[in-house]
Amino acid sequence: MSTRDEPLLSLRGVRKEFAGRGPGSTVLAVDDVSLDVRPGETLGLVGESGCGKTTLARLILRLVDATAGEIRFGGRDLLKLSQREMLSVRQDLQVVLQDPYASLNPRMRIGEIVAEPLITHHKVPRGRRGRAAARERVAELLDAVGLDASVQDRYPHEFSGGQRQRIGIARALALEPKLVICDEPTSALDVSIQAQITNLLRRLQRERGLTYVYVSHDLSMMRQMADRVAVMNLGRIVELADTEELFTNPRHPYSHSLLSAAPIADPKAERARRRIVLRGEAPSPADPPSGCVFRTRCPVARDECDGTRPPLVDHDVPGHAVACLYPVRAAADLLNETTS
Amino acid sequence: MPVLEVNDLHAEFRLDTGTVRAVNGVSFSVEPGQTLAVVGESGSGKTATALSILRLHPTPPCVYTGGEIVAGGRDLLTLPEREMRQVRGNEIAMIFQDPMTSLNPVKTVGAQIVESLRRHRSLPRGEARARAVEALREVGIAHPEARAGQYPHQLSGGMRQRVMIAMALACRPKLLIADEPTTALDVTVQAQIMELMADLQDRFGMAIVLITHDLGVVAQVADKVLVMYAGRPVEAAGADDLFERPRMPYTRALLESMPRPDVPGGAVLDPIRGAPPNLLDLPSGCAFHPRCGFARPECASTVPALEEKAPGHAAACVLTDDDLPGTSEGRRVSGT
Ligand SMILES: Nc1ncnc2c1ncn2[C@@H]1O[C@H](COP(=O)(O)OP(=O)(O)OP(=O)(O)O)[C@@H](O)[C@H]1O
Ligand SMILES: Nc1ncnc2c1ncn2[C@@H]1O[C@H](COP(=O)(O)OP(=O)(O)O)[C@@H](O)[C@H]1O
Ligand code: SF4
Ligand code: SF4
Ligand SMILES: [Mg+2]
Ligand SMILES: [Mg+2]
Repeated sequence: MSTRDEPLLSLRGVRKEFAGRGPGSTVLAVDDVSLDVRPGETLGLVGESGCGKTTLARLILRLVDATAGEIRFGGRDLLKLSQREMLSVRQDLQVVLQDPYASLNPRMRIGEIVAEPLITHHKVPRGRRGRAAARERVAELLDAVGLDASVQDRYPHEFSGGQRQRIGIARALALEPKLVICDEPTSALDVSIQAQITNLLRRLQRERGLTYVYVSHDLSMMRQMADRVAVMNLGRIVELADTEELFTNPRHPYSHSLLSAAPIADPKAERARRRIVLRGEAPSPADPPSGCVFRTRCPVARDECDGTRPPLVDHDVPGHAVACLYPVRAAADLLNETTS
Repeated sequence: MPVLEVNDLHAEFRLDTGTVRAVNGVSFSVEPGQTLAVVGESGSGKTATALSILRLHPTPPCVYTGGEIVAGGRDLLTLPEREMRQVRGNEIAMIFQDPMTSLNPVKTVGAQIVESLRRHRSLPRGEARARAVEALREVGIAHPEARAGQYPHQLSGGMRQRVMIAMALACRPKLLIADEPTTALDVTVQAQIMELMADLQDRFGMAIVLITHDLGVVAQVADKVLVMYAGRPVEAAGADDLFERPRMPYTRALLESMPRPDVPGGAVLDPIRGAPPNLLDLPSGCAFHPRCGFARPECASTVPALEEKAPGHAAACVLTDDDLPGTSEGRRVSGT
């Protein structure tokens, strides 16, 4: 039913509260998130630990149920689907996780791990013919992620972190999904192999027309990977724009502080930049501030910021949305542009 | 005079499965007020080097097999354990990557700072308590009197790391060894902690050995850099020099493979092939040779020594400057 202009994934007013520690207390992990993911794009989700990135990913996968809101994927409202209907949608909706050590079952052979979704979703016939078909399909998938077909008979512990991440990617691709959620896919890897995995993800996206939701706290990786970036703070999206627009013209004070804190591996560029170091502690999602949730750390907060939560709306540039009453203007001098 | 001078240090772990040479010929020195960064990937021997300086490894399986660690005119490797205890935390303090493993969960943070102060200074309890509160204030903790009475689990990650720094600095050490002090923290908190360390360094003139895998952090704070690969030092230089003209192909390839937050993305990255080696099964010769785009036949047989290639810039590589053009002059020639 979906036309080409329609978003592949669409969230409206999505909210998730977890039960907190004390009786009656709640943790507001995701708060009023609305966003669209267009077919073929990479939408980046960036923000500090605990801001709700993984929870948002889990909500989309329906691994946890939203407290409120609507999540539409390919035109269907996921929250209204039965478990059975959800199972069929899950073919199109896959995930690559951060920790390639924890996400592969140590007792299964690589071939079994990659073939598992094929079997669960009855993509291969039962019996010997099915097993042969699965092996062949697994060999193709392993080849696509740069691994030799012969690794099928080996176990996860025999592989390095980067190789395990390739295996995880092969498994995610087994059902030819439309959307892949990548939750910090390189942050557990050695620095020298992160680029291998990012290049691989980009190539697969090009070859297979994949759509990515790319979760990371690493801004360098974000700028490298994402077409558009959503900045999250305390469960809310505070800024959303095309990647280059966001990096060159950030408007939310929180985005500014994030960008200015991202280390640059170049001492000259480091010396030339101005850093906005936030004062104080990040508030707890169990007890978010009233009004703007960034209020307690915001260098330019005013009394009015304690009123309602600022909505995420376009400012000046169409498609560049900011949830702030007083968006920052002078951006250029805060993140130095250096070309080398 | 350097605060610390490490000469050709060797430490190994003798395990059932084989011997891990985790610290293999490491040399460096740090002057007062200077920051030396030790960088390398996971398993390259950074922590092993740091713990060796304070002789904190369990022996066995660790054996210090050679070298010297000179501080305050004596060799720490041969110092009696009783004197070594006075060095630790007093002359040389250390903070660890995960503050939860080094803070006692059942004691208030104030009590822990008091304890560490009284171990090294014979202060009356009341005065030690006042100093502890002062130490918390110095690291930018608001309401230090109240915080002193709290337990580690009641504090955020960033605050725990501040407490660790407060504890480390309470005795005014000459040298602070910080092992990945911000790796577990968010970038905005990381920026706070790095700023704090720089500020305290300015005020007290201490030297810092900063251990990290993050070249961005190195660029922010280091005066000098030591790059480690598979237990060996492979490049040593002033920070500007290292980033401008890396002279070991590993360092150079790392820098080229990393995206930057200040440069538009989208280009295909130039990755390093393969994976870091297992120290129990090291490649022969230069340990980087299976991954090196410049490797020559002799690289598989001879271990290159760390030698000076330009004033103040040493690298462990057979190449000369002519073989390895500067990064701005041309991209790495890709190996087959
Ligand atoms: N099952 C749960 N029960 C209670 N609280 C939870 C649960 N899952 C997540 N939370 C809380 O929700 C908030 C958001 O967590 P989430 O894991 O989504 O963060 P994140 O942005 O992915 O962080 P990180 O960068 O550390 O992975 C946090 O405060 C977290 O403690
Ligand atoms: N106590 C120990 N016993 C055995 N092996 C160890 C011990 N500590 C470190 N190693 C080994 O020494 C090598 C270097 O480790 P480490 O210094 O912790 O690396 P890094 O800090 O650079 O990540 C690794 O191979 C590690 O497994
Ligand atoms: S709304 Fe106010 S407190 Fe919130 S980010 Fe904008 S200026 Fe700061
Ligand atoms: S010694 Fe040889 S293999 Fe090692 S870094 Fe230099 S060129 Fe590469
Ligand atoms: Mg997460
Ligand atoms: Mg370490």
